[in-house]
Amino acid sequence: MRKLVVLGAGTAGTTLVNKLRPKLAADEWTITVVDKDPDHLYQPGFLFIPFGTYQQKDVVRSRKGLITDGVDYIEAAVELIEPKDNRVELADGTDLGYDVLVIATGTHPRPDQTPGLDGDEYGETIHDFYSLEGATALAGALERFDGGRLVVNLIELPIKCPVAPLEFTFLAESHFRQRGMRDRVEIVFVTPLDGAFTKPIASKRLGSMLDERKIAVETDFYLERVDAEAKTLVSYDEREVPYDLLVTVPVNMGADFVARSGLGDELNHVYVEEGTFLARDHDNIFALGDAANLPTSKAGSSAHFSVEVFVDNFLRYADGEEMEERFDGHANCFVESGDGKALMIDFNYDTQPLPGKYPVPGVGPFSLLEETTLNHLGKMAFKWTYWNVLLPGRNMPLPAHMSMAGKRQDPESKRPNTQGGV
Amino acid sequence: MAVTAIAGKEVHVDDEGFLTEYDEWNAELATELAANIGIDELTEDHLRVIAFLRDDYVDQGETATLRRVQKVGEIATKELFVLFPKKPAKKMAYVSGLPKPVGCI
Repeated sequence: MRKLVVLGAGTAGTTLVNKLRPKLAADEWTITVVDKDPDHLYQPGFLFIPFGTYQQKDVVRSRKGLITDGVDYIEAAVELIEPKDNRVELADGTDLGYDVLVIATGTHPRPDQTPGLDGDEYGETIHDFYSLEGATALAGALERFDGGRLVVNLIELPIKCPVAPLEFTFLAESHFRQRGMRDRVEIVFVTPLDGAFTKPIASKRLGSMLDERKIAVETDFYLERVDAEAKTLVSYDEREVPYDLLVTVPVNMGADFVARSGLGDELNHVYVEEGTFLARDHDNIFALGDAANLPTSKAGSSAHFSVEVFVDNFLRYADGEEMEERFDGHANCFVESGDGKALMIDFNYDTQPLPGKYPVPGVGPFSLLEETTLNHLGKMAFKWTYWNVLLPGRNMPLPAHMSMAGKRQDPESKRPNTQGGV
Repeated sequence: MAVTAIAGKEVHVDDEGFLTEYDEWNAELATELAANIGIDELTEDHLRVIAFLRDDYVDQGETATLRRVQKVGEIATKELFVLFPKKPAKKMAYVSGLPKPVGCI
């Protein structure tokens, strides 16, 4: 009997075990999935909690209930991976042996990484929407906010769902307008990038949307510390940005056990081979989804596409064959822009987001890099799809690899993929 | 990719002027590249950063981030902003003859 152990029952881990279980003979493989807490969170929904569109109940389900029969579920934190013994040590001291290990423990906001951020003002004048508690507290803060300077700050890349800070900014602008108080709110978007976004064409489009909405942008701002008493952001080159209400996106880091086990980069993201997800220097450890150090978006969509590629590869790997499928870095997402509209972007390692139609070329129904009501409806409908189609491992009618059909190409849109912050 | 002459030497560069061939870089070139972005003199401190970046690139296959230079190279981010003002990640890569660090989307 061979043992597959999956660490993390989030989007990647849950989808993976649900897809693999029916394909692996029960008398040949056991599958065990480990997670440290009982709640599966629909993270794309966090964005809507500050505005009252979603409540906690919309975004929380039992992890265990989402995992198919025939998969063992263990609720425990991971202490350490010992690759030379093919063994995982859990926080309660239990040992878990494996033949193949998949790390899918994601990436998480770490306000403790920035001096001055994680103090008494966290939850008062400083907020985030990258955790359920944060998004819930922010709903109250926005409701009480009576005007002043709202600063949205993205501290460092990579973060999961890299468009979310912009989406939050657009939604906040629309929210204040609808409350008839837009003239009393100054909105500033503070980023370490040299524009609104990483990829040039999307950055230009999103940048002009910020302009149209009279949202100021402070670029190349690499945050050194927060002076919470003076309500001021201070950069490494000693620029200061004052705020009344700060909505921050803390540094995102992978699980600490990744660092303890010597498998990760400085942010605890696992070094992997970009086409197959095989961890560097190991032949039976993989990392999927946000946990992996890959030059693509940390997002549910890339987790989903990477699982699709991985499942086919795993079946070959299990039979001792070469892994053939190569992940192309495919990701896509809806970008909320306020007033019931959204854009869509679709891209991979090599091709930046381009205008056009998706998924059916020329038809859509979704429009790339263009604000439409249909895109917004697509985004809202995705919650149902996530719980009922994606996580159970049913087939989504979307190809795992990106297609150029339906996209309007531009000579500048190919690699070198050298966008980047400071 | 284009070929251009810097410090009397033909080198391959991308459309933003970053060198694309690791082995085409040398110390003389670095001085010229630094001058192009307003750094008049490469001090010992600059050279320490450049040496770390070049060695690390060989190990990792990608240009180190500011965080990595601080954590692994033990050169404080604050100092990098003094040595390579405003856009240290981009500038230090440029002078070191390495690709611009990849900012994940």
